[in-house]
This record gives sequence, structure tokens and C-alpha cells, in this order.
Amino acid sequence: MLSFLLRRLVVALGVAVAVSALSFALIFLTGDPAIAIAGSGGSAGDAEAIRLAYGFDRPIVVQYADWIGSALTGDFGQSIYFNIPVSEIIGNRIPVTLTLGMLAFLAALAIALPLGVAAAMRPNGFIDRFALVLAVSGQAVPSFWLGLMAIVVFGVWYGLVPISGTETWQGYILPVLVLAYSAIPELMRITRSGMIEVLNTDYIRSAQAKGLPTGRVILVHALRNAVLPLISLSAVQLGILLSGSIVIESVFAVNGLGRLAWESLLRSDLPVVQAIILILSLFYVVLTTAADLLNAWLDPRLRGGAA
Amino acid sequence: MTLETAIAPRPVSRLRKVLRNSGVTLGGLLILIVALLAILAPLIAPHDPYAQDLTQRFLPPFWHDRAVPEHLLGTDHLGRDYVSRLIYGARVSLGVGVGVVIVSGFIGISLGLIAGYFGGWIDMVISFATTIRLSLPIVLVALAAVAMGGASFTTLVTVLGLLLWDRFAVVTRAATQSLRHQEFISGLQAIGARWPRILFLEILPNMRGTILVVMTLEIANAILLESALSFLGLGVRPPMPSWGLMIAEGRENILFDPWLVALPGAMICLLVLAVNLLGDGMRDLTGEARK
Repeated sequence: MLSFLLRRLVVALGVAVAVSALSFALIFLTGDPAIAIAGSGGSAGDAEAIRLAYGFDRPIVVQYADWIGSALTGDFGQSIYFNIPVSEIIGNRIPVTLTLGMLAFLAALAIALPLGVAAAMRPNGFIDRFALVLAVSGQAVPSFWLGLMAIVVFGVWYGLVPISGTETWQGYILPVLVLAYSAIPELMRITRSGMIEVLNTDYIRSAQAKGLPTGRVILVHALRNAVLPLISLSAVQLGILLSGSIVIESVFAVNGLGRLAWESLLRSDLPVVQAIILILSLFYVVLTTAADLLNAWLDPRLRGGAA
Repeated sequence: MTLETAIAPRPVSRLRKVLRNSGVTLGGLLILIVALLAILAPLIAPHDPYAQDLTQRFLPPFWHDRAVPEHLLGTDHLGRDYVSRLIYGARVSLGVGVGVVIVSGFIGISLGLIAGYFGGWIDMVISFATTIRLSLPIVLVALAAVAMGGASFTTLVTVLGLLLWDRFAVVTRAATQSLRHQEFISGLQAIGARWPRILFLEILPNMRGTILVVMTLEIANAILLESALSFLGLGVRPPMPSWGLMIAEGRENILFDPWLVALPGAMICLLVLAVNLLGDGMRDLTGEARK
């Protein structure tokens, strides 16, 4: 277990370093960042002054080491647009995106899990077919469009929920549900296939044969073994929900990380974009690593071999 | 010649088997219709999709009282004919879908073949690169890259192509690993065949079913991403008639003219649904039956 743990942590660290280097490299994709910051009205002298002020004249490796060193202490540099520390701008946006992502994930799980289990109980039955239609159509609907239509129907026509902003808790209802919708199909499919596999095993048949109540067999004996693949997928989906909320946040005017990233891109505020890409990537790395470790802890078979 | 085709009794029965799969038939038919719309757009479209007429703005579709017969689905905020823009929009969506998959498929399949065939440290490096790609928030990175490269159709296809190769790589790698120790490969190695030949001419054709399935999934993925990026203003540039861009343009008037948003969105749903149906159907046919 210890060697597995170490090996997995080394890989995670490697990925984290690579991802941070990529988000750092972003600012150089434009060519000369000093000219980009100076803007179209800036002279060569302006660009030179900016180059010195931001330290763009130093070797790239030194700049990266400097940036990542400060980032580790929570200092992501200055926002070019607002001229205040990036950490200040990002700080109060993170809880919004985390709340949105977590709620959407829980909502998706609350729908996908029972539906997947019910579908697995009777393959090709009514519920299974309904779930399949839901999954196939769910994957075809662009979430931003679904969000806009939901605003028109529930916000404008029926006036049930506020049409934008998250000042009140009602403001979270539509964004959470629309965001959750995109995660349901995959979560449901993996629950279903996992359950079908487990339900066909001998130990489930023995449990049923010795007369245990069906509910107990399903929930205690089967679901426990079927959740293993679900854990990994959950980590991936939660990561996708956190980073995918960018579209939903701009549709519903939610002041989270995604909307901030989008607005910062439109005003070429690259330090903010860099920081957000780094944070979202690191969320993903932490989530998937935690899921792997959790799986290994639950299922000793996964610990050996090349992980 | 693969084992499957050798066993298949007659080609006719194979075609019938394909057609009996409702997903493949329905999906294929819908895609065919959208593809015909895209290809024949200049012949079918009743108006020039770029022609503005400011006296004819915001005309409603035919089910509305104020509708006029020459604009069946009404006009947008610049008085452009909505039917024509929707038809031309099929070109953008299909073009992005196919263009992206050509780029991403080439990258992903090559990486997967190499990783699966050679194993060892090469496999480790490629798997590591795949993990890094999966860790990046794809919408945000694509937005940033398009913002840097300047929003255009070519930039969009390049950026998405460079990002969406992960599933190709993972699937191809696994399939290659299972084929690499088979006898026909050892035989080829024994007669001194070189690895590019083994990989691309012998191993690759044996997994075309699987790759076709991944390809449809990724086409759907690329179409959805294009619409999202164009919606956010960092995809294709106006006045190009992209469905995602049309949704963004209609958004300001969504309260009074919701069809400006509803119609292009419905087109995206229809096309992506068709592609997914085809992909799911093909997966059933190629043996990886739905469990």
C-alpha cells in the first residue's frame, strides 16, 4: 500500500508541475507579453518599461520558478486590468464556483444513482429505456442553450426563479440543475453497467437464495461493489463540472471563477487567466488522485501491479 | 482481411444487420440530411445568409401571425433570413466536427499505437502526456488559445484538434496492447517488417470499428465545444452563420423573440443526437455490446 501511495503521489506531483508550466507558458503564446500589455497605443518605450517592471527580461526558467514559488504562497501576481493582486480578485470567486460545482454534482448523483440502479434491475425494461433516452438526449443538448431556454420558461414565462445572479439561494436552482444535467448520463451509465455486472455474480445469487430482502441485497451487497468505477468517474465529473461551469456562469451571470476567466480573457488580463487555469487543473489532479487512493483502499486488488 | 469479414456469409446480410439497428439507421439518415443541407446550401437556401435588410428585422417564424411567407423562420436582428442562416450553419458545425477529428484522430491514434506497441518508457511518457491533457480545463484552455490565435474557423479547428486527442490515444493504446502479442504480428516481426508498417498497415485496420465509434463521439464533442466557444464570442467570427454564434446574437432579444435562440439550439441538438445515435449503434454492431 505504501509503495502504491508513493508512486501515485509522485505521478500526481509530476502532472501538477507540468500543468503549472503549461499555464505559465500561456502568457508567452502571444509572442511578447510586454507588447500585449502595452496595448495598441503603447510605444516601444512603454513596452520596454513594462518588460522591466514585470521582469520579462529575465530567462524564462527564472520567471517560471519565481511565478510558481509565489503561487505556492498564494501570490499570483498583479492583475493587469485592475492593478490589484490576482489573489484578491480570485479569492471570493472560488467559493461561488465550488458551491455551484458541488451542488450540481450532488444533484446529478441524486438522480443518476437511483436511475442507474433501477435500470440495472430490469435491463431493457421501461425504466432502463427511459434512462437510455434521457442519457442519449442529455449528451446532445448544449448546456448553455438549455440554460437560456430554462431562463425563458421558468424565469420569464412562469416567474418561478430569478433570471440571473446568485444573490438569493433561488438564484442557484437553475444553474445547479442545468450544470447537473450534463453530468447525469455518464454517471448513470456507469452505475447501470456496474450494477448489472455485480448482480450477475454468484455471491448476489447466494444472497438472494438465502432469502435476504431485495433492498438489502441491492444496497448492501451489490451497490458497494458497483461503486468502485463510480468513484473514479465521480472525481473526473466533479473536475469537469468545476471547470465546465464557465459557460453556465456566463449564462446565469454567476460571479464565479469561470465567468471571471472569460471576462479576463476578453480584456487580456492574462495573469488572472493563468491563475484560474492553474487552480482548476490542480483541483482535477487532487480529485483524481484522491479517487485512485480511495479505490486502492477499498479494493486491495488495485494496489499491486503497474498502477 | 479480418476474421469478421471472413466469417460473414454474404455482404448483403451484413448490410441488413446494419440497417436493422435503429440507432445507425436513424442517426445515419439525420446526418445525411444535415450533410446534404451543408453541401447543397447555395442551392437550397432561399436567401443570401449574409444579406441584411434593416426594414425586415425580427420577423417571426411561420406559426406566428406577423410572419411573412418569404421568410419561413423569420429574420434576425439585422434582417437576415433565418432559414438560410440555419442551413449555412450546418457547414460550420460539420466542418468543425470533421476538421477537428482529422487533426485529433491523427495525433491520438499515432500516440496510442506507439504507446501500446512499444510499451516501457515510451508508453509511460505518452500516458503521462494524456494525464496532463485530461487535467487541463478544456473549455478554458480552448478559449484562451483561440483568444491568442485570433478567433477564426482555422484557429478553432486547430485548437480543438490539438486538445481532443485523448480518447483516441487511450482507446488505440488499449487495442494495440491486446493485438501486439498475436501471432500475425510476431510473424511480421520475424520477417523483418518495420514498425511503421506493422502499426499503420496491420494493427490499425484491425481496430477500425472501435476507432469509428470514438470518431463519432469526438465529432459530437467538437460540435458542442464549437457552439459553446462561438457562444462565448471566442469561436468563429461574425457574420459567419454558426449555430452557437446565432444563439449568442439572439440572446439579447430572448425575451421578445425566443425562437432566435430556440431554433439554432434545436439544430445543434438534432445534429449531435444523430451523431451519437450513429456512434452508439455502431458500438453495438462492432461487438462492444451494451452491457
